[in-house]
Formats: sequence, C-alpha cells, structure tokens
Amino acid sequence: MSTITRQASLTQAARSYRPEARWLHPMAWWSWAIGLAIAASSTTNPLLLMGIIAVAALVVDRRKPQAPWARSFSFFLRIALLIVIIRVLAQILFGAPTGTLAVISLPALTLPEWFAGVRIGGTVMLEPLLQSVYDGLRLAAIIVAIGAAGSLASPARVLKSVPAAVYEVGVSVVVASTFLPQLVGDVSRIRANRRLRGRPETGVRALTGTMLPVLHSAMDRSITLAAAMDSRGYGRTADRSTADRLRTGTALLAGIVFIAVGLFFLLGTASQDWENWGLGIVALGIVSAAVSLALAGRRSTRTRYRPDHWHRADIATLACGSFTAIAFALAARIDPSGMATATQPPTWPSLPLLALTALVVAALPAFFTPQPPKDFR
Amino acid sequence: MIEFDDVSIRYEPDGSDILTGIDMFISEGEFVLVVGSTGSGKSTLLSSINGLVPHFTGGVLRGEVRVDGRSTREHRPRDLADIVGVVPQDPLASFVTDTVEEELAYTMECLGLAPTVMRRRVEETLDLLGLEELRNRPLRTLSGGQRQRAAIGAVLTAHPKILVLDEPTSALDPGAAEEVLAALHRLVHDLGITVVMAEHRLERVVQYADRVIELSGSGRAIAIGEPTTIMATAHIAPPVVHLGRVAGWHPTPITIRDARRHADALRTLLTGQVPPLRAVPDPNSPPIANLDSLRVQHGTVTALRDVNLRVDQGDIVALMGRNGAGKSTLLHTLVGGLTPTRGSVDVTGSDPRQLAGPELLARVGLVPQEPADLLEAATVAAECAASDKDAGCDSGTTRAIVALLAPDVTDSTHPRDLSEGQRLLVALAIILAARPRLICLDEPTRGLDYPTKARLATILTDLAEAGHAIVLATHDVELAAEVAHRVVILADGEVVADGPTSQVVTSSPMFAPQVSKVLSPQPWLTVGQVQRALANLGGTA
Repeated sequence: MSTITRQASLTQAARSYRPEARWLHPMAWWSWAIGLAIAASSTTNPLLLMGIIAVAALVVDRRKPQAPWARSFSFFLRIALLIVIIRVLAQILFGAPTGTLAVISLPALTLPEWFAGVRIGGTVMLEPLLQSVYDGLRLAAIIVAIGAAGSLASPARVLKSVPAAVYEVGVSVVVASTFLPQLVGDVSRIRANRRLRGRPETGVRALTGTMLPVLHSAMDRSITLAAAMDSRGYGRTADRSTADRLRTGTALLAGIVFIAVGLFFLLGTASQDWENWGLGIVALGIVSAAVSLALAGRRSTRTRYRPDHWHRADIATLACGSFTAIAFALAARIDPSGMATATQPPTWPSLPLLALTALVVAALPAFFTPQPPKDFR
Repeated sequence: MIEFDDVSIRYEPDGSDILTGIDMFISEGEFVLVVGSTGSGKSTLLSSINGLVPHFTGGVLRGEVRVDGRSTREHRPRDLADIVGVVPQDPLASFVTDTVEEELAYTMECLGLAPTVMRRRVEETLDLLGLEELRNRPLRTLSGGQRQRAAIGAVLTAHPKILVLDEPTSALDPGAAEEVLAALHRLVHDLGITVVMAEHRLERVVQYADRVIELSGSGRAIAIGEPTTIMATAHIAPPVVHLGRVAGWHPTPITIRDARRHADALRTLLTGQVPPLRAVPDPNSPPIANLDSLRVQHGTVTALRDVNLRVDQGDIVALMGRNGAGKSTLLHTLVGGLTPTRGSVDVTGSDPRQLAGPELLARVGLVPQEPADLLEAATVAAECAASDKDAGCDSGTTRAIVALLAPDVTDSTHPRDLSEGQRLLVALAIILAARPRLICLDEPTRGLDYPTKARLATILTDLAEAGHAIVLATHDVELAAEVAHRVVILADGEVVADGPTSQVVTSSPMFAPQVSKVLSPQPWLTVGQVQRALANLGGTA
C-alpha cells in the first residue's frame, strides 16, 4: 500500500516536475547552436541534415520566449529554404551534366564562341542535382542552427556576458540599438513637419531638406548621452602600474605576431609538416591574445548587475552541443560513406548510429532546460 | 556640502563670463532652487557642480568648486558619480540601457559595487519611487512622469549625497509634475539628500525650496536666501507672489496656503467686481475650423474618438490634458498632417488634407513642439528669405515680423544658437508670414521664462484681436488662464470638458491657476484682472 502510494507520488512528482522559469545562460544557447552548426558542416547526409533542422525547430518551439526578437526564427527558416532552392536552380541552369541518369531535358542556350565553357540549360542529370540538394541542405542547416540561437538567447543578455576588456564594444551596440529607432522617429517627424512650411514631404528635396535638422538633433542627443554617461561614472578605471600595462601590451602584440606567422605557414606552404607547425603557432597566438584580454579586463572596475550564472542545465546544454559536434566529427572518421552520402552513383542515405545518437542528445535541451520567464525584456 | 569659491565661468577664452563671482555654500540636506531668466547661466551653474563644466563642455573656470570636500579641479565628472547624481533636462536622451531595472543598475555597475549591494539597492529604489510595476518595461514606452522618476532612480541607486535636476517638470502635465515633486520631497525629508534644482515653473516648485538662488541676466547671483525674502523682490516670480505684491501682503506669500490666509480682505474688497468678459465670437459667423465626430487611429491605438470642436474667428482655445491624451494629434489633424479614420475636418471651408503649399499656409499654420524642426537654413536671414518664398509673400515680410516679435534676434545667428524662446518666436514669425486664419501652437511655453511667456501672451492676444483664431496645446495652466477664451480638456482621446476658461479651469484643482485657487469662490483667474479691478476701485473711490 505504502509502496504504491509512494510510487504514485513519485510519478506525480516526475510529471509535475517543471524547473523554475529563468533565462538560460545566453552563451549556453550559443554554444549549443554552434555545436549543431559544426555538426551540420561535417556531413552531407540529407537525413542527418534534416534531423539537425528538426532538432533546432523543436528546441526553439519549446523554449522560445514571448519577445519580439524571438520571432526571427521563421525568417531564418525561410532563408534556409531559399538557399536550397537557389542552389538547385543554379545547378539546373548552369551545372555541368556529369552523370548518367537524365531527369529532364531543358532547351539549351547556345552561347557565342568566346563564351565557351559556360553552359545554360540542356539535360539535367540526377547525380549533380542530388549533390546540389545536399550541399544546399548543409548550408541551410547551419543557418537554421544560428537562427535558433538568435531566437533563444536575448541579444541584450549576450552583450552583457562579453568579456570586460571588450565591454565598450557591447555598450556601443546597445547605444546604437536604442539610438536607431529614435533617429527613425526624428526623420519621420521632421519630414512630416515640412508640410507646416508648405514644402513637399516626399521627393529628393524633402530628403536633403530634412537631413540637416535630423543630423542636428542626432548630434544634440549624442552630446546629451555622452554627458549623462560621464556624470554616471562611465569610464572609471582602476590605477594600474606601468609594469602591468607593459605586460598587457606585450601579450597582445605577441598574440598578433604569432597568429600572423602561423597563418603564413598554414596558407603559404604546401608541406604537411609546416602546416602542423603553423597550426601550433596560431594556437599559441590565440592563447596569448586571450591572456592580454584578461589582463586588460582587470583594469576595469565595473561590476555586473544580475549576471547570468552557469547552472547545471546551462552546462548540460553546452555539453549537448559539444557532444553533437564531436560525435559527428568522429562518425565522419569512422564511417565516411555514411556521413557523406554518395551521389555517383546515387545511393540511399544510411543512418549512422553514432550520429543518430548525437541528434537525440542535441534535442534533449528542449526538455531539461527551464522555461524562459513570462515577462520578457 | 557644495562650496562655490568666487567662481567665474566662460566658454570662450576671450568671451564674456557666463557666471561671475559666484560665492556660496550649500549645506547638507538643503533643497535649493536656482531661478533666473533664459540665458542667465542656470544650466552652467548646475553642470559645474559635478564638473561637467569645464571638463566635458570646455571653457575656463576661475575660482573653485568643492563638493563634499573634493575639488572639481582634480575630479572629473565620472570621479564624482558616487557623490553627485545629475538628472538631465531630457531623460529619454540620457538613458544608456533599455529597461528600467538595467538603467537603475547602470551607475552602480560603473562604480563597481558588489552584486548583492546592487540587487538590494535596485529593489529599494523601485519601491521608493513607485517604479516596481515598471521594472521590466522598455524605457521608451514610459510616460513623461515615469521617465523622470526612472531618471531620478537611476542616479539615486548610487546613494549620492547631492541630486542636481535641470527643469525636471517643464515637459510634464500638472499631474505628472506633482508625482515627480512629491518623490523629490520625500527624498529630501527621508534621506537627507541635498537637492539643487533649476526650474522656470516656480508656481510648481518654489514652496518646496529651503533657499532660492536668483541669477541676473549678466550671470551674477543677485541674491541667495529664503524663498519668502527672495520672492519679495525677485524679477521672476510665480503668480501668487505677484498677487501678494499687488495686494500688498507681508510677508510675501509663496504658497496658496500662505496667500489664502490674507485673501479674506481682498475678497471682501473685490466683492461686486467681476472680471471683464472675454469677447464672445459671433455664433452666426462661419467657423474658422470645425471638427465633426472626428476619430484618428495610430495603428491599433485610437488617439482621438468622436471629437467635436468649433473654433471661431478671434477665439483662443487652450487644449489641456495629460501627456498622450491626444492634444498633438488634434493639432496635426487640423493642419492635415494626419488622416482621420472617421468624421471630417474643415478649415475655412476646405479639407486641409487637400491643401498644400502657400494655399495651406494661408489658412492654417502650426508651431510644432520642437520649433527647431521647422528651421533648416544656416542663418536667421536665410530662414526668413526661404519663408517668404514658401508663403509666396513679398520679400522681407518674415524678417519684419521677426523684428516685431523678437527684436533682439540678429540676422547672422544660426537658428540652433537662438535661445528656446527666440527660436519659438522665429518659428511663429515664419508661420505668421502667410497670415493663416488659424494658428496652432504645440506646447509653446516649454522652457520659457516668465518675461518671454508674458510676451507670448501679449502677442497671442493681439493676434486674436486682429481676427486670427488660435488653438494651443499646453500644460501651463497659468498661460491658459492668461490668454484662452475657451479651454478644452482631452482625456484618452475624448473631449471631457469644453467651455469658457473661467468655468473649466476653476472646476478642477489640477487645472486651476494660482490666483483662482487663492480667491475662489470668486472667479478671478489672473493677477492682471485683479490689478485692473483694484485700479477701478481706486478710481471710483
């Protein structure tokens, strides 16, 4: 009896388990989405690619907040579809007819002698057509993954979590994002007011006429904002020793030099050996630059109000994304034919188990992450 | 708390001083009001408290300003952010983030306070200023009073010892102004914050002040002292003070309460007298403007619904009501800038939507809320020449009107360099060049000092006598009482009151001018009326 009750209450608890509504760390969503994008870039298997798109759509559908910026996902879906269509159309119109299976015969356009090598129309072959569909799908899946991050993570919160040293960049983006609507408001107001002087509200003259007052008011507003930011303590910095400043500068300079030299080896030489060296030097440069950023960040005395924290669900989301990317890369090593579906001759796409598991893992954040809060920003 | 040690400020190294020889000491917990006409250096004085002058604006400061022992010589504005909180004139332009809560935290983030402290202070400040409901709202969607409170909250979270405010109520309707001032009053009394405020609308603020600093036109501090002493002689004073002077009351009353204690005698004296009736237009003549069951939509929002309004020749109609009640929409509909979804607009027999160019200008003109929006040229002279061409009138017409309305404006000045009042008068002159039958003004007294406002009142009265019809949207109850024949109150897009000024404004304490509050139940509205009545009495006695 008591076991049954306990079991019943356990199932009930499991069913009613709903994590408290909160924002997931924006970087968790972004790393998950980038993992998905990397996975997509390592395969041309149409089933897996459609699987990635489906996973992204599922997660967005379940965890999208009620905010205006979250509505952008359908826009990304449409772009993805457009990419596939354009890629296929290009293949049909301009592609080379390499293959044996003819699908349809279009009238070919005969081009003059000096334009030889370019073909328009003609017989459309199945093999290159399939290849173009797969290529288009791959790009589409990458776009959809990025679009998913864009509608899951609030842009303002993303900016809040940038490192301290590049904080100024974040501020300028926020300022610009509030400045732009005001500027648009100014333009329409000043244009409407041209009527009051009996001047046309549309046309080139109206545009040039409104330019000066609009620039004036934008200028006034910038100065007001700059003064306000100064009086509110923007740009307060901690005093730093010369040695500290020297260290930061050296680290940054070394980083840049390393990256440049490494890239030269990577791109400029043919030997595999040199390429490996190049890779190592680039990695060293990136580390050095990161150290300089961290050092520079210490100079800023700013603190953050209600910063986003990494909770278990956030780390798990990041892990799901990384797992998907790594599993796809591994699968490509182990089972190249399963991950790159052959088109010459056309074969049915297979479903590699490892990649399939990765897809399931990638979909998990749709269930274990907390719901976004109802009142959004 | 704040020390000015023989401070003189000039912006051009070899120009003239904006402020000269300011020597004063403001102690902790004082509420100090800075008064003076436009261009007397009020804003410069305020900005020098946290070092924006000269660190941000440039210029030369002689003498020394010390706040809480720190000299602005060695401390930049950002280094004083923990002591001085500055609330600028236009809060919307000075917001850095996009929501109320983030804005409240911004100063603290810059100061590097610990996250737990920030969290606690944001919650306290939200409660203190009644912003709790608005914490997640984007700043752009707030009303005027809410914005001002958010701007005060944004500097208050840093726990400054001094709060500096530049005309915090000038753009607000009477209700929102009360809301902001009540919040400030509480801060001074509960937290002991030192407040320094500049404001033109003394009738709203002077009763809150502990001391008043009066600046002369030449940048000297004429007097620093208790409001009652300063107001007894000040050039710039609210109507209640003028009434006290006319009636010879001592000490000079600065609040309605003070004045009502003296008012009995004056009321007895005035019994039997009535204010002169303002000319009633002939109801049989065709109206200049007529709105018939007008409805205007902005997207899904209905800005005006079922508005009926008739404006006759020689009428001055004041439109009043909260920010966002539909006043500006009504004016823009009158000039045909907006298309009604229902109903009709008729200005001197035609639909303003169908008119353009000189034909429109000769019928109706509007001075918008930002008069600068009308001005495109680089000099006043070029602006006037362009205006003559627009209106199709003889060259020199506009310049002559400018000379009449604002004689101190010079030809070569850039319109942006004019003072607020001069800019308004130049814009009005441009509108008047085409001699429109109907003149509309949107919020004309924002940022105007009493002398300029008095000038505007005379100009408007003269225009009405010359046969123009005037519609003005305003928050300024004193101006409405001074000039309007009729007051129309809008609320949420509907007309809730329409009648003679004396009846409409006296029926609600929010819209009643000070004189009416003092002398009610007698129907006096302005000091001028009382003065003339007293002169009549003197003449007959």
